[in-house]
Amino acid sequence: MNRFLMLLLMVVAGSASAQGVVNIYNWSDYIAEDTIAKFEAQTGIKVNYDVFDTNELLEAKLLAGSSGYDVVVPTGNFLERQIQAGVFRQLDKSKLPNLANMDPDIMRIVEQHDPSNAHSVVYMWGTTGFAYNTKAIQERMPNAPVSSWAMVFDPDVVSRFADCGVAILESPTDILASAKHYLGLDPASESADDLKQAEDLLMGVRPHIRYFHPSQYINDLANGDICLAVGYSGDLLQSRDRAAEANNGVEIEYVIPEEGGVVWFDLMAIPADAPNAEAAHEFINFIMDAQISADITNYVFYANANAASTELVDSEVTSDPGIYPSDDVKAGLFAMKAFSPRYDRIMNRTWTRIKTGQ
Amino acid sequence: MRLIAKFKSLQRDWVSWVPTLWLGIFFLIPFVVVLKISLSQATIAMPPYLPLFEWLEGILEIRLDFGNYLFLIDDPLYGSAYLESVRIALVSTIFTLVIGYPMAYVIATAKEPRRTLLLLLVILPFWTSFLLRVYAWIAILKTNGLLNGLLMALGLISEPLVVLQTDLAVYIGIAYTYLPFMVLPLYASLSKLDRTLLEASEDLGATPWISFVTVTLPLTIPGVIAGSLLVFVPAIGEFVIPALLGGNDTLMIGKVLWNEFFANRDWPIASAVAIIMLFVIVGPLMWLNRINSKIEEAQL
Repeated sequence: MNRFLMLLLMVVAGSASAQGVVNIYNWSDYIAEDTIAKFEAQTGIKVNYDVFDTNELLEAKLLAGSSGYDVVVPTGNFLERQIQAGVFRQLDKSKLPNLANMDPDIMRIVEQHDPSNAHSVVYMWGTTGFAYNTKAIQERMPNAPVSSWAMVFDPDVVSRFADCGVAILESPTDILASAKHYLGLDPASESADDLKQAEDLLMGVRPHIRYFHPSQYINDLANGDICLAVGYSGDLLQSRDRAAEANNGVEIEYVIPEEGGVVWFDLMAIPADAPNAEAAHEFINFIMDAQISADITNYVFYANANAASTELVDSEVTSDPGIYPSDDVKAGLFAMKAFSPRYDRIMNRTWTRIKTGQ
Repeated sequence: MRLIAKFKSLQRDWVSWVPTLWLGIFFLIPFVVVLKISLSQATIAMPPYLPLFEWLEGILEIRLDFGNYLFLIDDPLYGSAYLESVRIALVSTIFTLVIGYPMAYVIATAKEPRRTLLLLLVILPFWTSFLLRVYAWIAILKTNGLLNGLLMALGLISEPLVVLQTDLAVYIGIAYTYLPFMVLPLYASLSKLDRTLLEASEDLGATPWISFVTVTLPLTIPGVIAGSLLVFVPAIGEFVIPALLGGNDTLMIGKVLWNEFFANRDWPIASAVAIIMLFVIVGPLMWLNRINSKIEEAQL
């Protein structure tokens, strides 16, 4: 099914003139409603827009080669390894005048993934925290430690929420790093002993977890099907807003835990074998426009790295500590490096054991 | 005359070439590719494995790594995932059979315009996307879903049942999706049944139940086997249904394969898992096929 679509996409891309089309592969629910239409109107380039919900899926397509995509948006630690594998082409910065809009501090931080920002530009960034249904939590535990990772990692606390449903993000890197950080261990270490401690921690709360999923918690939390979810900041904030719009009595609160947590950067990059590299540069430059970036941030509730756009972003978004955290909170955030393949295997094996008990 | 005979045999050969060619292109070649990758080693590159054959200064170097297969034996995860897949497929097949047999029986004994209508109804769900139908089951089975809403409104339960994300939801999903594959061969088998045999059995004093067990059931065993195979075999490798409806502790081999391929980026191990899965499926298949042909021989 998907492969058929891809084939169709490639045929369409091949038959149209090389300048006329750009094939974008981005995360689901991750762009403003009018961004594509505006780009098409301004440049005359037709956009084929396709979405994914895990880095792994994107990576498999990129590593297989000839994905047919012109712009993809992997997360920093994935991009780092993909650059090693030779997946991306270097950006032609002369075609990206809007780079001047970017926040130099953030661009410097992501150099740990992509030295001298040669292959990528920050699309959006966010944190991995948790969100909860205020009423459901209040009913079950009036003095719940709602600003701490203990909500998720302390069996005495999380066990009280098991009946209303607890979901955890399906992402071993984020969750195991958060667990290690909660235990006071270095999240970036490849020590088997540290990993074992994180595993034991998660095993202790496992009986109270209903499911692990990359995106399902967005709807479930908003509908009241679950009451506590660990996930990506913008996803959880979208869930909060959907619940508010639905007016269904569900009230959601997003938390970057006080102990600190994972910060991640999604970066736009152009595959080495992209059929329309020229149009891809135009698209990336278009996204870096201050107004366009602000529009996307206002819509998806993820912070952008576009310094020029900040004043154009709604004040309720910039003042939301879940989206634009205070400097204090920022100091407690840490970005994930890419692990070695050997450690990835051990980590994923551990993850399977946590999820299935095998 | 001889020319015509030769032409006819050529024609016959051509007809048998089509399926052979089909199998060659769509089964054998992919199989060889997967087998090849399963003997390689993972690396960070595009594609993410080392080549098996390399020309080094005029010498062909072949490197085969059987370590991937040893690794699968070493870690109990894979063995238990294979067993779990077979178990879930088996339970689902039994579910499907128990639901499908009476359905096929009713259709086969129905009068004409009704029979066609009923057959059409069995096939009708195929007109909607498979994915959509599985999603519909999420809406039915979830905590605030239709099923719980109905049961609670009827006062049968006071607390919502947790069905979604359990093995039961997977059985329901598989039984629902694969039901037509069970019903159609059973229908074919049942409608071929010689009704006079049932009359004879009745004349000899058998109750309807005895007639069913001693006449109908044995004569439709080929249909039962064909239907069960059509459900069992794809159910073993099923990925979408357990991913959407199953719990995180439902560990089927499709999920393990996904993990190896996507999470670990280890295409060689993923390929080895696929190759072994093929043998796990082919084993019971050949066994059932042998039973089936024995029955058919006995019936001739």
